[in-house]
Amino acid sequence: MKSITTRNTLRVITLIVVASVVIGPLLAALFGGFKGNSELRTNPLWLPDSWAADNYISILLDGNFWRYLGNSFFISAMTVFLTLVVGAAAAYVFSQIRFFGAKMILSYLLLGLMFPFAAAILPLFIKVRDLGLLDTYWAVILPQTAFGLSLAILLFKAFFDQLPKELFEAAYVDGCSYLRFFWSFTLPLSTPILATVGVFVFVQSWNNFLLPLVVLNDRSIYTWPLGMMQFQGEYLTQWNMILAFVTLTIIPAVIFFLAAQKYIVAGLTGGSVKG
Amino acid sequence: MTTLDRTAVPRRGSADRVKKGLVSGKFTALLILLPPALILFSLFVILPLADAIYYSGFSWNGYGAPSDFVGAQNYQRLLDHSVFHTALWNTAKLILVSLLIQMPLALGLALLVYRKTPTNTLFRLVFFLPYILAEVAAGLIWSFVFDGDYGIASSLLNAMGKQPVYVLADHQWAFPAIMTVIVWKYFGFHMMIYIAALQSVPKDLVEAAKLEGAKPRQVALFVQIPLIKHALVVSGFFAIIGSLQIFDIIIPMTNGGPSNSTHTIVTYLYSFGLSRLNIGFGSAAAVVLFVLAIGIAFFYQRTTGKGSKA
Repeated sequence: MKSITTRNTLRVITLIVVASVVIGPLLAALFGGFKGNSELRTNPLWLPDSWAADNYISILLDGNFWRYLGNSFFISAMTVFLTLVVGAAAAYVFSQIRFFGAKMILSYLLLGLMFPFAAAILPLFIKVRDLGLLDTYWAVILPQTAFGLSLAILLFKAFFDQLPKELFEAAYVDGCSYLRFFWSFTLPLSTPILATVGVFVFVQSWNNFLLPLVVLNDRSIYTWPLGMMQFQGEYLTQWNMILAFVTLTIIPAVIFFLAAQKYIVAGLTGGSVKG
Repeated sequence: MTTLDRTAVPRRGSADRVKKGLVSGKFTALLILLPPALILFSLFVILPLADAIYYSGFSWNGYGAPSDFVGAQNYQRLLDHSVFHTALWNTAKLILVSLLIQMPLALGLALLVYRKTPTNTLFRLVFFLPYILAEVAAGLIWSFVFDGDYGIASSLLNAMGKQPVYVLADHQWAFPAIMTVIVWKYFGFHMMIYIAALQSVPKDLVEAAKLEGAKPRQVALFVQIPLIKHALVVSGFFAIIGSLQIFDIIIPMTNGGPSNSTHTIVTYLYSFGLSRLNIGFGSAAAVVLFVLAIGIAFFYQRTTGKGSKA
């Protein structure tokens, strides 16, 4: 019996040590945002002397901060919407309609699972520029959607394949077309997988850095990671301000994570463990 | 065509009409539902990758049409560039750290917290948290941790009466610091994959092994780990492909410095290709990245036997 309790103590100690390494830097950032720069120098890690929220307030009162978040939100929401609609439509075709070449076209669309996004970034810049899309939301939304399609189609198709076939047959006999069936039966029945893919795509878009960095130059259209780097460039050594900014961008992410963790985890592990 | 046949059966009188309608409806549906995905995917995924191969044969600054064909010169320059060697080596180090440190760490922790209890759930959430944070935000926080004037690392050294170290400005320490952050950021992701797999291992097997007198370590080693081999294979694949593409974390931490010692393939192609508008040269680096990714994917699939669709 004794060995079990020692083992359990060891287990708990290990977990707590790892957890503090994980959480430590995040808490340091949160606390750092409350400190003055000289206090931060002598006390980088622990609680601040006073909880003066000046740094936080000055960032929250800065219109740019909200603009960055707004841009990111719009881009992420549009990417999710497009990925869901376009991806589900294609997956529905492969799941429901048999036609010549279906297998080949599906394999073609799934190629994206293997392609590193970064390898395409230079030509993407050229393409987006030639299409006249530089410094528009679409410059980020369209490539993001395209690169998210493969995984979305894979997950959607697996889900649609499991929907009962009899449903379609009954609906068709009653005069329902493929298109209407897709819209009024397949999509509503697939909310779990739509939510999973949607949340996953949202997080990826929200955190995306490389693509916006390359195709957005105008500050007014910056997403928040770009805005944050800009802010860091302006406040170079004022770590207290930078930490306050970082903390303010992390808080919505953490709240979103806690609210949607079920879908996030499902999206991450669903594709891999079943695949 | 089973769908067609079965739908046609119930109403015999209208079977022909149904069949005809179904076929034409099928084409309408195909023509409306499939093209958006095909067009987007071809335009923004396949075409750019083909373009990269094409551009890599030219010396081109991105303006006008590429006309100065240089053959394999860009590749030659790439292979002669010592910074590119560093970038390749750094990328290889990231792969090794991911496979040899991050994955075992994730597996060990997964074995500690896979059972469904409230405390385990809490720890899982905590461990997974870094994964959902933006790389840039994580990179900035950690550059504070490693900062020589303000950072936690240097104040720890200070407390021990030692000189502060500017970790990220130090040739020797900058890249190990980056690797630390990468393990911190991604181990939770791999842990989650293992947990999902461990939870699907039949409980009877684990119980039976325990009844036979197997110690927890033996149960893990001889029962659980062999049974989640597929998850290990998949997460290894993610680790490799992910390591090949590391970019976001480097930019806020070192931006490739000091003196180009912390570049990865992607930061290299960004700094030397895009920032300086050497589109042809950067494309050659992109092609190398692409070939490595595809090559590793095929090799990996071959050696591990099991396909990883992702």
